[in-house]
Amino acid sequence: MKKNYNIEVDCPSCANKIEEKIKQINNIKDAQINFMLQKLIIEYEDSVDEKELLKEIIKQSKKVEPDFVLNIE
Amino acid sequence: MKKKQKKTLIRIIFTFIFLFILHFIYLNPILEFLLYMIIYLIISYDILIKAIKGIINGQIFDENFLMALATLGAVGIAIFNKRNGIENGFLLYSNHTFSITYYSSDYTEAIAVMLFFQIGELFQSLAISKSRKNIKALMDIRPDYANIEKNQKIEKVSPDSVHIGTTIIVKPGEKIPIDGIIIDGKGSLNTSNLTGESLPKEVNIGDKVISGCINLNSVLKIKTEKEFGESTVSKILDLVDNASTRKAKSENFISKFARIYTPIVCLFALILAFVPPLFNIIVLHMDANFSNSIYRALTILIISCPCALVVSIPLSFFSGIGGASKQGILIKGSNYIESITKIKNIVFDKTGTLTKGVFEVNGIHHNKLENEKILEYAAYAESNSTHPISISLQKAYGKEINIKEVKNINEISGEGIVANIKNEEVIVGNEKIMKRFNIQYIECHHIGTIVHVAINNEYAGHILISDILKPTSKEAIQQLKNLNIKKIIMLTGDKENVAKNVSSSLGIEEYYSNLLPQDKVSKVDELLKNKNRNETLAFVGDGINDAPVITLSDIGISMGAIGSDAAIESADVVIMDDDPLKIPKAINISKKCMNIVYENIFFALSIKIISIILGAFGIVNMWIAIFADVGVTIIAILNAIRALYNK
Repeated sequence: MKKNYNIEVDCPSCANKIEEKIKQINNIKDAQINFMLQKLIIEYEDSVDEKELLKEIIKQSKKVEPDFVLNIE
Repeated sequence: MKKKQKKTLIRIIFTFIFLFILHFIYLNPILEFLLYMIIYLIISYDILIKAIKGIINGQIFDENFLMALATLGAVGIAIFNKRNGIENGFLLYSNHTFSITYYSSDYTEAIAVMLFFQIGELFQSLAISKSRKNIKALMDIRPDYANIEKNQKIEKVSPDSVHIGTTIIVKPGEKIPIDGIIIDGKGSLNTSNLTGESLPKEVNIGDKVISGCINLNSVLKIKTEKEFGESTVSKILDLVDNASTRKAKSENFISKFARIYTPIVCLFALILAFVPPLFNIIVLHMDANFSNSIYRALTILIISCPCALVVSIPLSFFSGIGGASKQGILIKGSNYIESITKIKNIVFDKTGTLTKGVFEVNGIHHNKLENEKILEYAAYAESNSTHPISISLQKAYGKEINIKEVKNINEISGEGIVANIKNEEVIVGNEKIMKRFNIQYIECHHIGTIVHVAINNEYAGHILISDILKPTSKEAIQQLKNLNIKKIIMLTGDKENVAKNVSSSLGIEEYYSNLLPQDKVSKVDELLKNKNRNETLAFVGDGINDAPVITLSDIGISMGAIGSDAAIESADVVIMDDDPLKIPKAINISKKCMNIVYENIFFALSIKIISIILGAFGIVNMWIAIFADVGVTIIAILNAIRALYNK
C-alpha cells in the first residue's frame, strides 16, 4: 500500500529526521516527506492496520518534533 | 499568518518593549534577576520545553537544545560575573587614548539571542508559507466548478459529481473543468496553463478539448468524455503533488551533512570550553578564565544549528519545479533537475518528436495547371477513401467536396483511382497506375509518398506527401549544440533514405534507421553502457510506443503529453505540448536551479565556517553569531525563490 497524508512540520531538518525515524518503524517499506508540500508518503505492508501504523508514526515523529501534526481525513 | 506565527510575533514585540523599559530602571540584584528571567521565559518557553522533551526522547543535538544550552549558559556566566564583579567584556578596538569594549555581563544577551532566534524562525516560516502559497497559486489549474443545464437554468456543481456523457457549459473566461468534445459553439482556448504556449488555440464543433484550458471568447457546450478524476487536469495535479518527493543528491548530501555537522561543532565547542583554561592553569600558570572560554563555546553552539543550511535547498528545488511547470515542463522530482544538468547525450525518436508525425502535402511539382487545381482533382478522386494519404489530400485542399461531380470511381487496389471529375477523366495514384495507362510520368527526387495525377491521359504533375519537420526542430537542435550536448542521436523505424534526409536537414550527425521497437531498446542500452558515468543520457519520444526506452534511459522525456496518460506516467520529464524547443529550455531552467542550490550551499557553509573561526577567537560575540545565522537563512530563502522565475 502506498498512501499520502497531509502533515505539518516546521523545519526542514526536522522533516529529514522524522523521515529517517518513520523509515525505521516496523512494516514500513519506504517513507518520504515532502517538506515544501507538507506531505508524507508511506509505503507499507498490506497486512498492517493503517490506524495502528499511523499512531506509531505520530508517536515517533512527535519524539523528534513535538509540533508534528498528521491530518487524517 | 497562522495562529502559531501570530503568537510568536506578539511574544517578540512584548519582549522588545519589556527589555527596553528594564534598561532604564535601576533595581536591586534579585529583583533584576527575576524580572529578566520572566522575559527570558516569555520569549523562550517553547524552546525550553522542546529541549527537555528532546533530551527525554534522545534527540540531543537538535536546535532547541543548543539554543537552550547557549542562552542558559549565558545567563549563568552573567550571574557568575555579577557576583564576582567581573566586567567580562570584549575589546573591540583600542589605541592610546580610548578603547571600545563590549560588555556581555548581563542578562540582556541571553534574551536577545532568543529574540533574534525567534525572529529568524518566524521569518523563515513566513517566507516558506508565502512561497508555498505563491507556487501553488501559480500551478493552480484546478477548476472549482462545472456548469450544467438543469430545467433550463445553468447550475454550478462540483466537477467531481459530473458523470461521463453529461453536457457542460463553459462560459468565456472559465476553465474547462473536464475533458470532452465540443457539441456546440466555437472559439479560442488559452492553453498556457498547461503548455506555457501563449498563442490561443482555435476550436470548433467536434474537437476534443482538455480540462484546464481557459475558454476565451464564446460559450461552449461540451459533452464530457471522462470523469473529473481521470481528466487531464487531475492527472497533472497528481503529478505536481508527487513531484519533488524524489530527492536530489545535493539534498541528501545536505541532510547527511546536517546530521554530522551539529555533533562535530558541539564537540569543538566542548574542547574550546575546557582546553584553553586548563592550558592556562597547567602550562602558563595563569588564571583559568573559565567564563571567557565558556562564553566562546556557547557562541559556537549558536552557530551549530543546521537549519539555515537545510531550509533553502528544498525550497530552491520546489521553486525550480514550479517555474518549469509554468512553462509547460513537468519535472517529476528534484533528482531529475540535477540529472538534466548533466545531460551529455540526447537520443531523439524521429516520428512525432522531431517531425509532426502526420502526413501532409509537402509540395506539388512538374504541374502544368495551378497547384490548387491539381489538389482539387486529387482530393475529389480520393474523396471516398479514408486512407491517411487521402485524408491529407483532402485536408490540404481544405474546401468542401461536391460528391455529385465525381462519377465512375474505379479503384485499382495498390495503385490508385480512375474517376470522372467535372467531366474530365482523371487518374490519380502511384507510378504503377501511370505505367498501366501508359502515361509518361516524372519521377520525384524528394522523399515521401508521391501521388501522380493525369488528366485526360496527359500527365499533370505530382503531389509530394510526407511527414514534415516541426518548425522549431532545427532551432532546438542548434540550441542543444550550443548547450554543449556532446551527442545528439536520432532513432527511427523509418527507411534509411527518410532518416538520412531528416537528420541532415536538422544537423544531426548520428542516426539509426529501420529500427524495430526492440532495436531501439538495445541501441539505447548500448549507448548507456558506453557513456561516462557522471554524464546522463536523455531519450525524447512521444511516450506512447517508446515507453520501454523512456523507462530505460537516465532521463525519459515525453512530448505532446496532453491527453496521453501513458506518456505522463512513464516519463521523468513531461513536456505538455509538442515543441522541441522546450528541451533546451528545460536544461536552462534546471541549470539555473542547480546554480542557486550550489550558491546557497556555498554561501551558508562559508558564513558558518567564518563565524565558527571568529567565534573561537572571541572576535564574534553571541549577538553577531545569531545575527549571521538568521541573516544567512533569510538571504538563502530569497535566493531560492529566484528559481521560480524563468524567461
